[in-house]
Amino acid sequence: MEPLKKHTGLVYPLNRANVDTDQIIPKQFLKRISRQGFGQFLFYNWRFDEKDQLKPDFSLNDPKYTDASILVAGDNFGCGSSREHAPWALQDFGFKVIIAPSFADIFYNNCTKNGILPVKLTDEEVQQLIANAEADDYYLTVDLEEKIVFDSTGFEADFDLAEYPREMLLNGWDEISVTLSHSSKIDAFETKHTVH
Amino acid sequence: MGKPKTVIEKIWDKHVVHHEAGRPDLLYIDLHLVHEVTSPQAFEGLRMKKRRVRQPHLTFATMDHNVPTIHRNVIKDEVSKKQMDQLQKNCDEFGIPLADIHHKHQGIVHVIGPELGLTQPGKTIVCGDSHTSTHGAFGALAFGIGTSEVEHVLATQTIWQSEPKTLNVKVDGKLGTGVTAKDLILAIIGKFGVKFGTGYVIEYTGEAIRDLSMEGRMTICNMSIEAGARAGLVSPDEKTVEFLRGRKYAPKEEDFDQVASEWLDLATDEGAVYDATVEINANEIEPQVTWGTNPSMCIPISGNIPNPDNAETESDRNEINHALAYMGLEADQPISTVPIEHVFIGSCTNSRLADLERAASIIKGRTVHPSVRAIVVPGSQSVKTEAEENGLDIIFKDAGFEWRGAGCSMCLAMNGDIVPPGERCASTSNRNFEGRQGAGARTHLVSPEMAAAAAIEGKFVDVRSLPIPTA
Repeated sequence: MEPLKKHTGLVYPLNRANVDTDQIIPKQFLKRISRQGFGQFLFYNWRFDEKDQLKPDFSLNDPKYTDASILVAGDNFGCGSSREHAPWALQDFGFKVIIAPSFADIFYNNCTKNGILPVKLTDEEVQQLIANAEADDYYLTVDLEEKIVFDSTGFEADFDLAEYPREMLLNGWDEISVTLSHSSKIDAFETKHTVH
Repeated sequence: MGKPKTVIEKIWDKHVVHHEAGRPDLLYIDLHLVHEVTSPQAFEGLRMKKRRVRQPHLTFATMDHNVPTIHRNVIKDEVSKKQMDQLQKNCDEFGIPLADIHHKHQGIVHVIGPELGLTQPGKTIVCGDSHTSTHGAFGALAFGIGTSEVEHVLATQTIWQSEPKTLNVKVDGKLGTGVTAKDLILAIIGKFGVKFGTGYVIEYTGEAIRDLSMEGRMTICNMSIEAGARAGLVSPDEKTVEFLRGRKYAPKEEDFDQVASEWLDLATDEGAVYDATVEINANEIEPQVTWGTNPSMCIPISGNIPNPDNAETESDRNEINHALAYMGLEADQPISTVPIEHVFIGSCTNSRLADLERAASIIKGRTVHPSVRAIVVPGSQSVKTEAEENGLDIIFKDAGFEWRGAGCSMCLAMNGDIVPPGERCASTSNRNFEGRQGAGARTHLVSPEMAAAAAIEGKFVDVRSLPIPTA
């Protein structure tokens, strides 16, 4: 995957809690067998009506967000199904960073395996970012080396990310290659481990 | 004797391949279940890097999400067919056992694992599906993974995981007549919310959990993910052992008792400490119905739909308003007045033989309401066969239910079994998210008994109030 060290981008605010992966990418689009091309289906049932026409009242359809690359959302983002099509769709649409007060565990993992940076900030910080982005075109910078998020007007917040996924993201490593470097340990484990 | 341990810690400690302070552990995986929707990109990844599957015999595949439940010989949906064909090709190429759509063991991956005895206490089990937590009912550490992790497990038979925090969900008391495991888990999520389990593995303990059948425990563990927990489990006991005895992939008769005694030793030790504990009393629980768009939005059948004016926070008020609008419901409306158009009995939560038997006991001698379309989708072809041997299909069909082949079906509506926009479904599945059963569809989660009662009445009704059917 592509390394991600520092990113500056336009913020798209989605002021909803418990956004589940069925909303991020509905099931009718899970039948493809490649990883590409899911962006067009992102938030499909929110963005499109029954006749597959764009709904003008859904904010992501506003042309001013065409270049958004940082999604800021409410609590428990990415809950529900484990479908990795959700981060694939977000990434293919152009999002590189997702900021929320909390994430569902599987979704969080899936992001870090695909070079998307999930950033946990406090409720207050997230509400402030959402308010800023709803008011005007709003840009943020996320620095993974320093583990900080900041804007040009003085907002700055620290975030935490475990060392292992941080290294993977910073370096864009292929995790399977890393694991295969431990092959001899897996071999040794298998000689003494019984599976009935 | 060492420090008392939870079942979670015991399983963890037996599977650590590599440990380094401050980093996740490399954990060995004993069983990798695979289905057609979350695996094609993983196999493609292996092919691109010229990697092999490390342990094909610890891997087992089936087709469930996409499969039609009627007219199974000709798959009309070409995209679905392609995904199924791709799984066949991948399993052939990499040497993985597969129960395809025509196989007698085909079924929902979380139904067939236990049914075949692949699921066993003490195993680490993964699958590219969040309801993998189901297998925790057997005292296995089982959790859902994404497709990148599917590829990783195929290639290495391991996964990088940080040791989880442990959460004891303690359920004392007894469930009343007509109150089921489904009502219990909905009540737990209703009380503690959709993210109280995030970052934890749950162990369900207490009298009401010990009293549950293995099927009931599977229903409970299945919905752990709806509380945010990737895994939820129950310590193995004699019920676990007896369920598995004689199953196709369980240890052979001559070894069984020895292995079973090792399983029983995995149960959480007296005095083991959890990182957190929550408690709920089973005596207080009524049959539940969800009214909103996540599983914590549930109320007892005697209850009224919440009023946003009573919400504690602005964010809660917004959520209630969104949910009421999507669901087409009024604040303060009694849930027992809400009419339904569809009933779905099925899914990895509630499609086992015991679930169908309990629904059939309500249906027997009654008729589906004329405004309701009702379907039963057995969890596996084995469940279907056994149900037919016991005459359950006749009971359902005589009442006006459609009797289908096995699959995930209307739980996520990938296969064409869809609830139309704006219509309402009483469903025994696990998620009432917006659009889950079809764009614009309105889902109400209930137990099989409550779904059966709703099918007859055309609206939600307390199953305990129905006259006991005559034989």
